[in-house]
Amino acid sequence: MYRYDDFDHAFLAERNRQFRAQVERRLDGSLTEDEFRPLRLMNGLYLQLHAYMLRVAIPYGSLNPGQMRVLADIADRWDKGYGHFTTRQNIQYNWPRLTDVPDMLDALAKVGLHAIQTSGNTIRNVTSDHFAGAAADEIADPRPYAELIRQWSTDHPEFQFLPRKFKVAVTGSEIDRAVTRAHDIGLRMVRKHGAVGFEVIVGGGLGRTPMIGKVLRDFLPVPDLLPYLEAVVSTYNLLGRRDNKYKARIKITVHENGIERIRELVDARFAELRPNFDAAETVLHLARISAMFKGPDLQQADDGAYHAARQADPVFRAWADTNLHAHRDASHAIVTVSLKAHGATPGDATSDQMRALADLAEAYGYGEIRISHEQNVILPHVHRADLPALHAVLRAHGLATANAGLLSDIIACPGMDYCALATARSIPVAQEIATHFEALKLEHEIGPLKIKISGCINACGHHHVGHIGILGLDRAGVENYQITLGGDGSEDAALGDRTGPGFAYDQIVPAIERILRAYLDLRNDPAETFLQTYKRVGLAPFKTALYTQEQADAA
Amino acid sequence: MPARPFSKVVTANALIDGDVVYLDAAGAWVGTLNAAQVFTDKDSANEALTRAQARSHEVVGCYLADVDVTEAGLAPTHFREEFRRRGPSNYAHGKQATAKGSPHVSL
Repeated sequence: MYRYDDFDHAFLAERNRQFRAQVERRLDGSLTEDEFRPLRLMNGLYLQLHAYMLRVAIPYGSLNPGQMRVLADIADRWDKGYGHFTTRQNIQYNWPRLTDVPDMLDALAKVGLHAIQTSGNTIRNVTSDHFAGAAADEIADPRPYAELIRQWSTDHPEFQFLPRKFKVAVTGSEIDRAVTRAHDIGLRMVRKHGAVGFEVIVGGGLGRTPMIGKVLRDFLPVPDLLPYLEAVVSTYNLLGRRDNKYKARIKITVHENGIERIRELVDARFAELRPNFDAAETVLHLARISAMFKGPDLQQADDGAYHAARQADPVFRAWADTNLHAHRDASHAIVTVSLKAHGATPGDATSDQMRALADLAEAYGYGEIRISHEQNVILPHVHRADLPALHAVLRAHGLATANAGLLSDIIACPGMDYCALATARSIPVAQEIATHFEALKLEHEIGPLKIKISGCINACGHHHVGHIGILGLDRAGVENYQITLGGDGSEDAALGDRTGPGFAYDQIVPAIERILRAYLDLRNDPAETFLQTYKRVGLAPFKTALYTQEQADAA
Repeated sequence: MPARPFSKVVTANALIDGDVVYLDAAGAWVGTLNAAQVFTDKDSANEALTRAQARSHEVVGCYLADVDVTEAGLAPTHFREEFRRRGPSNYAHGKQATAKGSPHVSL
C-alpha cells in the first residue's frame, strides 16, 4: 500500500487546518453559506435530507486494517455506528455535525485518509479494480498508476473549477471490474510489443445522458500518462460547456465535437505539455510507488482444511462457490465479503463489522482490504486453508452471505432516504427484492445477475449498466420505477433498454419477479445466464411478461 | 380537482447538525412539523421566508413547503417532505429516534 511521506502528511494537515478555519468563519458569520458551500464540497461535506454527509475517499479502494479501524472509530464517535460504502469506492457518514467534521478529518489524516475532491467540479477519487494485485487475469497492478493520478490531480491548480465533476477509473486486467467505459476517462492496461501502456477511453458516463466511452488513444506509453491526462482534462476545461449543467460533462463535449476533433485538440495540447513533464522522473516515481504495492509473500500450506470443510459443511460450500474468485496463486483465493445480507442496506457496515474485517485481514489476509464499487469488502489474499476459519468469523458478524454476483448482491444508491437530489427511494426497493427472492429460494437457481438501483437520474446506482436496472423517479408526486434490461458494466459495456412505462413502489418487486420467471422459462439451460438469454431473445418476450401479466392482474 | 388552499410552512436544515427544522409562530426553529406555523396567504409566507433566509447563522436552505391541515395535524403533501419529517426508512434514525412514543409511519 502507498505510505504517506512527510510531504503528504504536511499537505493534509495544512488542508485540514484551512477547513477548520473555514468552518469557524462560517459559524461566526464571516462566510455566507454561498461562500462556504464550495469549500465544504471540496472537502467532501454535503448537506443532505436529514443531516450533513461526509464522503471519505478510499483511493482505488485499498485500505489497511489500521485505516479500517479508524473508519469504525469515526462511525462510533461522530456518527451512528455505521458507514455506507459507495459505488465510487468511498465511505459516507450520514449524520456528522458540522462542528465535528474538522476533528473527523484530522482523525482520518492520521492514517492517511481524506475527503478531498470527493465532491465539487474536480477530478474525483480515482477508482480501480477491487481485485487489483490479486486477480489471476491481471497484466499488472493498476493501483500504482491510480496513486500517481491521485497525486497529480489532488489540488491541481488548473482543475479545481472544471465545467463539471470528472471521474477516472483504472484497470489492469482485460476483465473490466472498474466500469472503465462509464467514466470520464477510463484507463485500460494493455500490452504492446512487450511494453505496458494504457488504452485511453474518454467520454463515458451514466446519469441523465448515458454514454459508453470511446477510445481516444489505443496505446499510451506509461511515461506519457500524466501529460496526456493533463492534455485531456485541459482540453475539456476549455471546451466543456459551462452554460448548461446538464451538458457540462466531457461525454457531451465528446458527443458534440466528435472524437476526431477531441483527439486533434488533445494531441495538440499534449505536444505543448509533454516537454514540461519529466518522463524519466515519472518512471522513477512510479517505481517508488510500485515498490509500496508489492504483494505479500504468499505462504504455502496444506489446504486440506478447505476441502474438508467443503465436504462437511454445505453452508461453507455455498459461500465458497459464490464468494471466492481465482487468485493468481492457486493456493490462495480472493474473498468477497458481502455487505448485502438479505434485507440489509446495500453497502452498509457497522463499526463492529469494520473492526472484525480489520482483524480478519490481519489474521488471514496479509493485512489487505479492498472496497469494491459493487459495495462489498474484498479480502484479496486469503490462503485456502484459512477459509473455513475466516468463514466462521464472518458468519458470527453477519458477513457470510453467499450471494456475490447473485440477485441480492444489489447496488443501490442512498436514494430518498438520505440524498437531497433523489427523486425516489432505492434502499427499501433493494431490501424488498432481496428478501422476496430469498423467501422464494430462487436466487441460486437464477444464477449470475446484477441488479442496480438509482434513486434519481444521476445514476449513482449505475442502473444503466445493470442486467436489470431500476430508476426511481417522481411522477406527479408519487414514486415510480422505470426498468431497463440488458445493461452491462463489464468489458462488453452496454446500456440497458427501457422496458416501457414505470411501476409504482408496491409494484416494482412483482415486476422484477415477472421478468425473472420469464427468464427461467426462456433460458436454453441453467448455464445460460440472464444476460446471455437477454442478448439471445431481446426485449420483446420480457416486455410481454412484464406488461401483459400486469394487465391480467389489473383486470 | 379544485386547487388546494394555500398552506405552507417555512422549513430548512439547522446549520450545525443539519436536522430538518420548521419555523413556529414565535419565530423559533422547531424539529416537529406539527409545531410549525402555517401560512395561508402568499404575501405573509414570502415575507416569513425572507426573514428566515436572513437567519443564515442558524439555518441553511430555507424554503416554503406545502402542508395539508388535517384533523391529525399538519401533513406533508409530497413524499419528500414526509421523509424529511420522519427520517430514513432503513433505520429508526433521525427524528424517529428522537421523537419518543411517536408511532412509526409506514409509507
